[in-house]
Amino acid sequence: MKTHYRVIVAFLLLAFGSEPGRTQQPAPAAPMPPNLQNYKPVTAERLRKPDDGDWLMVRRTYDGWGYSPLAQITRASVTQLQPLWVMATGVTNGHEAAPIVNNGVMFVATPGNQLMAIEARSGEVFWRFTRPLADDVIRMHPTTRGVALYGDRVFFASGEAVLVALDARTGKEVWTTKVDENKSGYYLSVAPLVVDGKVLIGTSGGEFGIRGFVAAYDANTGKELWKSYTIPAPGEPGSDTWPQGDQWKTGGGPAWVTGNYDPETNLVFWGTGNAGPWMGDQRPGDNLYTSSTIALDVATGRLKGYFQYHPNDSWDWDEVSPPILVDYRRNDRTIKGLINVARNGYLWFLERTDGPIRFNEGVPYVKQNVFSSLDPRTGRPNVDPARKPGTGRKADFCPSWWGGKNWPSVAYSPQTRMIYIPANENLCATMEGRAIQYTPGRNFIGATTTLYLAPGADHIGEVQAWNVDTGKRVWTHTFAKSTNWGPILATGGGLVFSGGTSDRKFRAFDALTGAVLWEFPTSSGIIGQPVSFMVEGRQYIAVQSGWGIDARTMQSRLARLSADFSPVPEGGAIWVFGLGVGASRPSQ
Amino acid sequence: MRGRFERRTFLKAGIGFGVGLRLADPSIAAQEDPASIRPTEGDLLVRLGDSSATPLGPDDIPLSARPTMAWAMDPADKTVRSGSRLNQLLLVRLDPVTLTPETLSRAAEGVVAYTAICTHEGCDIDDWLADKQHLSCACHFSTFDPKDSGRVVEGPALRMLPALPLKVVDAKLVVAKPFTSRVGFGEPPL
Ligand code: FES
Repeated sequence: MKTHYRVIVAFLLLAFGSEPGRTQQPAPAAPMPPNLQNYKPVTAERLRKPDDGDWLMVRRTYDGWGYSPLAQITRASVTQLQPLWVMATGVTNGHEAAPIVNNGVMFVATPGNQLMAIEARSGEVFWRFTRPLADDVIRMHPTTRGVALYGDRVFFASGEAVLVALDARTGKEVWTTKVDENKSGYYLSVAPLVVDGKVLIGTSGGEFGIRGFVAAYDANTGKELWKSYTIPAPGEPGSDTWPQGDQWKTGGGPAWVTGNYDPETNLVFWGTGNAGPWMGDQRPGDNLYTSSTIALDVATGRLKGYFQYHPNDSWDWDEVSPPILVDYRRNDRTIKGLINVARNGYLWFLERTDGPIRFNEGVPYVKQNVFSSLDPRTGRPNVDPARKPGTGRKADFCPSWWGGKNWPSVAYSPQTRMIYIPANENLCATMEGRAIQYTPGRNFIGATTTLYLAPGADHIGEVQAWNVDTGKRVWTHTFAKSTNWGPILATGGGLVFSGGTSDRKFRAFDALTGAVLWEFPTSSGIIGQPVSFMVEGRQYIAVQSGWGIDARTMQSRLARLSADFSPVPEGGAIWVFGLGVGASRPSQ
Repeated sequence: MRGRFERRTFLKAGIGFGVGLRLADPSIAAQEDPASIRPTEGDLLVRLGDSSATPLGPDDIPLSARPTMAWAMDPADKTVRSGSRLNQLLLVRLDPVTLTPETLSRAAEGVVAYTAICTHEGCDIDDWLADKQHLSCACHFSTFDPKDSGRVVEGPALRMLPALPLKVVDAKLVVAKPFTSRVGFGEPPL
């Protein structure tokens, strides 16, 4: 009780007492806090093999597992988990970013082009940075999914398509690089990824007729090193899949979720979004490399391999979530694997090499009525034409355009050898296309949609656990009255943490059985990526709570169908949990 | 929310560090560009994507149909005000008897003009609900009534769509007055 009271007071003070943005730059005379004076530079080696207590990149490790080996918080002790500090971010809308923690210093990015450095243990704010935006900035999804660290710098992909490097100690800009033209619909929401001194990002803007790309910048100078388009120009391999005129120039294929990386082959595996405009019959061909995973050589940016989850997308199924790198067993063989939970409703077990991506198997993990079968050799789906919307042709399909799983990240635990999936089951859609003309900076969609619940549906949101060696589902937790938009964290304590539901709760599941061991209602709905870290021998769990973006849009669509889907309270906050009582020491 | 504190931050930073505010503020810089300033009294209207920039007349706008997208154009030097996405206009032609008196006073032979920028979070409004003759935003499904001053029929938008009063001069649609309220979304910048 006492702890709760203290937390609430702190929350109110921060919510109403602070004025975000007033102090963009700290007064130069202020002494630098010891944590920043002793800031531990992030090396290539530390990114490759982080200390157990750190969370240095968006999914913690290059393989994308979202797994912390920390085991102080266990299945038994998690029932004692308490909020230790909480802080209002001062902004609304969807808070999706993972808090990144380096040796006790936490970096949190929020909507509103805001970034804060915080003492991870106490919640004391070291510095706060915001970048002003023009009134007419184009950002269909005004959020950020986090920052990257390297050396003594923090890299932030600013909404208006500018990459920013900040001094981690002061929050001051070191360099900025314009990534592309915002007026033409390019914008950024991705968390950058640092590999070998290069800062990698992918663009957003798939609904504005962009030509998607992944690009790399020199971490020291901000100079562009390469820019690899997700759509080939005429004459390049794959360009024959865009046979009609200049459609490749406006064909979409954004890349707004951070890729995963294999140090052995120096390949980064990045997901690409759907082609644009939405109706496939308006852009004949397979439309490579949209709705795919692409393997890029980090040294050159050259495409070494790809896997397209479905050709000629007509359902708005972005396949931007990258596959995680997990070696799995099949028929007495260990496969160097790539596992991807696709928006199209299939779970894909693939194989990585030093170039091509090989298909192994694909199974639906939610109701999927669009693919009648997969080619057993290539994995290419056979699409039921009745389930494919077109121009002036309405079609009815499951899962909806939001997919069986949208961007929220899966997690993998090497202890249980299971992957954990935040899924939405029983959501189907109708879609009908119309002709649309490309105008720079305007929506380039051309479709009208409705969302509906599959007949007999008794729930929507799910957390699913699948064993990677059997390829079979082990457990499913269902949410009767909520969708699930919660990225997942797995820990060495045998736990899985996730929010994602409209009741604002943050939960801990038993990783083996799916039993809910602990839950706590936070300030808003959680669509942020949870993390775990350790400072001075104490394990913490951190997550941003702040409902918005597509979770909210889906909620407002569902509100038309049922009174169960009322609006979720909004307003961002950072929550940090641990065992025991209170923040560990008074603020200095 | 976003606009407010970011702008305030900028002012503070700009004054504190002696930055030339007028040059550095992206929104103020844009306001000085004739292609980016909001439509002005006397402007003609041209269809979005029309490279010949032919001024539109009331008869170019089909009755009770999906909106026609347009930009304003300076009649003197033919500058099309397409420099800011906030200048995108929706033109709808409706039966004048269905218009409220206020909307009728802004209409030119039944043609009404509104911003195409949703007041909720700034998406392009591009859906037309033909049965009710409402405008709808595909992002979060705010619905607006063009017959009644752009009133919010269904949220989450809270603010009506700013209207652009029109008149007819020499058989062409001409801007009669500036927008009835601030174009854009969120709270007004300080
Ligand atoms: S931006 Fe139009 S309803 Fe949200």
